[in-house]
Amino acid sequence: MTNLFSDLANSANLEKSISPSSAWRQLWLRPLLSPDVLAPGAVGLLLLLFWEIGVRVTNMPPYLLPGPLLVFQTLVSEWGTLFPSMLITLKITLVAFIAAVVSGLLISILFTQSKWIERSFFPYAVILQTTPIVAIAPLIILWVRQAVPGESSTFVSLVICAWLVAFFPILSNTTLGLNSADHNLINLFQLYRASRWQTLRYLRLPSAMPYFLGGLRISGGLALIGAVVAEFVAGTGGTSSGIAYQILMSSFNLQIPRMFAALLMTTALGVAIFVALTVFSDLMLRNWHESAVKREN
Amino acid sequence: MNPSSAFQLSDVSKVYTNGTVALKNLDLTVNEGQFVSLLGPSGCGKSTVLRMVAGLGKMSAGTIYWGGSSQRRLAYVFQEAALMPWATVQENVRLPLKLAGMSKAAADTAVAEAIALVELTGFEHSYPRELSGGMKMRVSIARALVTKPEVLLMDEPFGALDEMTRSRLNSDLLHLWQQKQWTVVFVTHNIYEAVYLSNRVVVMAARPGRVVADVAIAAPYPRTEEFRTTPLFNNYCREISGCLAHASGQLLLRPDAEAKAGDVINQIA
Repeated sequence: MTNLFSDLANSANLEKSISPSSAWRQLWLRPLLSPDVLAPGAVGLLLLLFWEIGVRVTNMPPYLLPGPLLVFQTLVSEWGTLFPSMLITLKITLVAFIAAVVSGLLISILFTQSKWIERSFFPYAVILQTTPIVAIAPLIILWVRQAVPGESSTFVSLVICAWLVAFFPILSNTTLGLNSADHNLINLFQLYRASRWQTLRYLRLPSAMPYFLGGLRISGGLALIGAVVAEFVAGTGGTSSGIAYQILMSSFNLQIPRMFAALLMTTALGVAIFVALTVFSDLMLRNWHESAVKREN
Repeated sequence: MNPSSAFQLSDVSKVYTNGTVALKNLDLTVNEGQFVSLLGPSGCGKSTVLRMVAGLGKMSAGTIYWGGSSQRRLAYVFQEAALMPWATVQENVRLPLKLAGMSKAAADTAVAEAIALVELTGFEHSYPRELSGGMKMRVSIARALVTKPEVLLMDEPFGALDEMTRSRLNSDLLHLWQQKQWTVVFVTHNIYEAVYLSNRVVVMAARPGRVVADVAIAAPYPRTEEFRTTPLFNNYCREISGCLAHASGQLLLRPDAEAKAGDVINQIA
């Protein structure tokens, strides 16, 4: 998978000398025809085919297992209700993710500025991470309703739940990265009497970049999972209900094809988030880091 | 204190927190413009001497007196090139000036000059991963030279390079030193390198780290590759190798050989 995404990233910065139309062909066609796409694509198609045939041959009722064709038809017919729900979940995920990135980055910088701060607070970050979100989500929803009454209450509590899940990978990865700068370079900065800020800006932050971007990829998916889990717990109806609510309602009403369609959308959203972050990460590191550099053997 | 001395270590000891005695009662005076090699087996504290001189870490006892130079006018070249992989050659070389708060425009001339000195003009915009080991070391040296230092501390800079690259960089370094007349302290465990480069070789021994011999290499500069094949060169190498062997106790089982090596040391002293 990673190869495919770095293909995308690399073809995005191909030489600018080629004409625009052929550049577009290079950009989209080449990665799509690569074995990294063709092989899993073929496997997927085969699996769908067996699934469809299996469902038809065994006369499986749709409320137990709908065939992929029916799921696709439902997705099209229910698009009008499912897509707005997905957008709500996406919004929760994005806000929580951005909050996780900003807070994770700032707190990890704080941790590396003083060993004592890290010693004192890191265990609590771990506790926050290991507490099951399903268990504390009702509490969070209850508390937020007290603090922020009204329309935005649910949104805020869902964002907090998703943030709690997404925050830790960024914190722990970035802390590790900030602490793993080359010790010779640290000595060099000391030798030239670099200030704390200069060492952070020119040495620690760039050293932490690959770690931070790795944390970003994990945390993007987790933010979505956090949002979906919290929506399950919140279970509220009304005007602004996310994709998890649609999954839940479909299963209550035994609209299994609709449930599959909503599930499919959630998965697609998760994959899209991962792809976007991987391409971003490869673009950021393409000049120097082993993970993003293309080598010819 | 000798007026022409660059710096002087007086009775310096260094004990690490785990109890290792890296240096014990070390006295060492380095004169201005001298090319001094610190030679010894690993663990003899030769790198520790450099770190103490550079102010990277506290001494357990003793003092360093600065003569004609100051600690602020020194540069350090590490065993690894220690370049920032995310920065180009130019940005790597500019680093010391940037840390000193110099603007990009003001630094540009000095950066170009330093890159030209190590013969890397044309590679300004390359990234470290695109360079060979020898070229990375050249960048590292350019970064040290960009501040126009008076004292250059080099910690086994060519230890990880192949023999051909090493001897090429040796002669280039010697050439630069003759032009610029820095004071150089060069740590190595390679006897030939030490004799070829220096006008003074300080032999150290381990456990505890101490100076066991101080050999002046009285061969004129400029030294060419031919110097490596002269009898004079070979004599110095043999002499120093005798000191090293004696200090590491390898000859203890052969009293006659030990006596000879002991004579050499007495002659030096």
